[in-house]
Amino acid sequence: MARLIRTEKEVEGRFEEVWLVVEEDPLEQWPEGPLDVVGRPAERLDGPARVRGEARFTADLRLPGMLHAAILRSPHAHARVRRIDLARALAAPGVRGALGPGEAKGLDEEAGYAGAPVAAVAADTFAQARAALHAIDVDWEELEVVLDPQEAVAREQFTSEPARHERGDFDRALAEADVVVESTYRTAVVLHNSMETHQAVCEWVGDTLDVHISTQYIWGVRAEVAEAFGMPADKVRVVCEFMGGGFGSKNSAGEYTFVAAELARRTGRPVRCALTRREENTAAGNRNATIQKLVAGARSDGTIVALGGEFVNAVGWGGWSTMTDGPMRMLYACDNVRTVCYGAKINAPPMKPFRAPGFVEGTFGLECLIDELAARLELDPLELRRRNHADSNNGTPYSSKNLAACHELAQKHWDRRREVRARSDGTWKRGVGLASQIWFGGGGPPSYAWTRVGSDARITVVTAMQDLGTGTGTAMAQIAAEELGVSLDRVEVVLGDSARGPYATLSAGSSTLPSVGPAVRAAAADVKRQIIEIAAQRYDLEERVLDIRDGTIVSADGNLSVPLEELLGVLGNAQILGKGARGPNPTGMSVNTFGMQVAEVAVDVETGEVRVERVAAVHDVGRVVNPLGARSQVEGGIIQGIGHTLSEVRLLDPGTGRVLTTTLDSYRMPTIADVPEIVCEFVDKPDAHLTSLGSKGLGEPPIVPTAAAIANAIRDATGADVHELPISREEMLRALREAEQRAREGAKEKVGAR
Amino acid sequence: MPELVLTVNGGRRSLDAPAGMSLAQVLREQLGLTGTKVACNEGHCGACTVQVDGVPILSCITLAHMVEGEVTTIEGLREHPLVAAFVRADAVQCGFCTPGQIVSAAALVAARPEPTVEEIRQNMAGNICRCGTYPRIEEAILQWRG
Repeated sequence: MARLIRTEKEVEGRFEEVWLVVEEDPLEQWPEGPLDVVGRPAERLDGPARVRGEARFTADLRLPGMLHAAILRSPHAHARVRRIDLARALAAPGVRGALGPGEAKGLDEEAGYAGAPVAAVAADTFAQARAALHAIDVDWEELEVVLDPQEAVAREQFTSEPARHERGDFDRALAEADVVVESTYRTAVVLHNSMETHQAVCEWVGDTLDVHISTQYIWGVRAEVAEAFGMPADKVRVVCEFMGGGFGSKNSAGEYTFVAAELARRTGRPVRCALTRREENTAAGNRNATIQKLVAGARSDGTIVALGGEFVNAVGWGGWSTMTDGPMRMLYACDNVRTVCYGAKINAPPMKPFRAPGFVEGTFGLECLIDELAARLELDPLELRRRNHADSNNGTPYSSKNLAACHELAQKHWDRRREVRARSDGTWKRGVGLASQIWFGGGGPPSYAWTRVGSDARITVVTAMQDLGTGTGTAMAQIAAEELGVSLDRVEVVLGDSARGPYATLSAGSSTLPSVGPAVRAAAADVKRQIIEIAAQRYDLEERVLDIRDGTIVSADGNLSVPLEELLGVLGNAQILGKGARGPNPTGMSVNTFGMQVAEVAVDVETGEVRVERVAAVHDVGRVVNPLGARSQVEGGIIQGIGHTLSEVRLLDPGTGRVLTTTLDSYRMPTIADVPEIVCEFVDKPDAHLTSLGSKGLGEPPIVPTAAAIANAIRDATGADVHELPISREEMLRALREAEQRAREGAKEKVGAR
Repeated sequence: MPELVLTVNGGRRSLDAPAGMSLAQVLREQLGLTGTKVACNEGHCGACTVQVDGVPILSCITLAHMVEGEVTTIEGLREHPLVAAFVRADAVQCGFCTPGQIVSAAALVAARPEPTVEEIRQNMAGNICRCGTYPRIEEAILQWRG
């Protein structure tokens, strides 16, 4: 039955109260542990198509008569268009149409950052379109520029009201603490750099608009485009069968989508608008920089009594201020907490969510601070974390929490530190560090799936979700196969097309599997019920004694054993149809993911070079559907995390506000040569309160603790506290000098005391 | 337009292509061989890797008219045992860099049928994978013969 509920919906750590129509999901959870298909490693079903280069991405689409669009971007960090003349551009070779500010959503008169879209041209070739951009005359009025986030905060130039959190009596608790540690941490802007840049191909077919787009949210794009063009949402068809990565940057339609759609409308031709790599790294989003002033107070027994933080999120001209204080508020049991997050609006490219936005940054600061606290308390860092385990989310029970089990599984990796330190050699010092992780990832309603079975006894799952390359499509097939009692090779998944399937969630916030998975299971259960009903009539048995196993209808007494295709042969060209919906989340419970990573590093104390040699990851995400794909998510998250920690930084020219690191030789992402040994373990226990699947999402959790674990390993190896991401050689050498200074002063104090 | 004669995946192709076109453009736009991906278009990421006479090159910064020799793209390597090895090892996430990875890896295993980890890291370091499938790629190449 459909139910209307008022509930809190969470996406990427942002909560809002919404009305939702949900359907109950009455299925019982499967027993714990690997089942026939679910919980067993499965090669991804679309693997061969992707590896063989047969998968058709948006970038590969060529429609007859297709034009190519190019976008004119502001050269100024803050300016207004006084006058713009498109006439010369329109007369340029091959040009078929042009748009100025206000003529498509996203093209604005006021440019808030260098790279902001202003105008666009469509031509027969991309080269012609780009050349024509030079023929656009713009008279700019330059405006005041603010690039320093702290200056923006001082001027109260915010993207939203500062977000404050206060519980208990922070001042008093801090004053009464036996030990207090304070530090300031900084994280740099980093870039998503999906291999497929942001792009869309738009074509009007009668009064319907087809949008082929590299996106994480088919349905969000559909709604945004329909609104921009004032048309019914069902007249917009959004397609994304294969997409080349997003990491949070492709959650919504961008200017390229509206530009392509509007130019297609004006020219009557299909239009592609694809960002170049350099545009991608300028204007397609970023993980914003942060400045975190943190303080922690503890009793001498290690009980954390006060946590405080002032977080500045250097958001940029657009985007939102993330919950960078989230880890501080949620990771430890602490009664007295005071935090504030400022979203600094500056004349820099807008942030977009990037794989656990806010929590990656906030966990770096918090977990480094906790290790500084452990050192002051002369307590084992893992023991300190155990002693401050949060049994509830500040009073709200967790739907499930196995962080303590993660601690247990991490212990053996942590126990390697004596042996690792002993391998220090000359100027290379070695050490081990760890960090904990909390994040969301429970997903939520709504999401739907349809299933159909024909006389060949093959099942097709249809849901208009998108698979970013994480392998969620394969997980859906596993779930359907498990529920139906058939092997995986009998299942097909049709996804990525709003005209062909029902609504499915945004693929962000690690929500695809926990949101769509239960809907797929319910849809598979629906066809299974109908198959059993048919079998009961066909073989004159009671439904309750019948089941499907290994593609065979069986009776409880073992007398009946009929292959599905034999029973379903009666269908001819007819089909059995099923549907399923994602049920509600548990009320009054906090749904979170947990984990711990243990990193081993080597630091050359002469040059400041840091090498990560091993990372062991232990994660608690409920039931693991595909251990093979899950391991890939963990490895991928850690590798991106290593990039954030050691080499990735987006640089802005402080004079002009222009991005300097637009190319992939200047913006340094990890290569295969930078990858350490990675060990991956899961608690793999279904969340008993979360859906019929008991699974949480895994896309984001593994990137959360990596930077802090590496920084803490550096402290273990060298005694130096790094305070900045990325940990450049300069930062490493600064931290080493500071540690030496501290050691000298400590020695002097001892002499003086004597 | 200047005539361009290319041998691609064993077939001789005669085309009209404007001077200045990159090999990647000719392959993708004129020959419809879209398995070769373009991710940076300036020779930094390796997604566009194809072989010329067995040697991996970056097709996005190679002028089509300058190519002498036989071009092999992912379409010519679809039956290579590396393909199955990549799928087995889960050495693919979004898949946008993967065809280029296969082309580079195929050149490596042709030269060194039993490459060491060091050789794999050396030879594959020019192919960026933002999803971070590197450990899987290493495993796939180590076990490419199944």
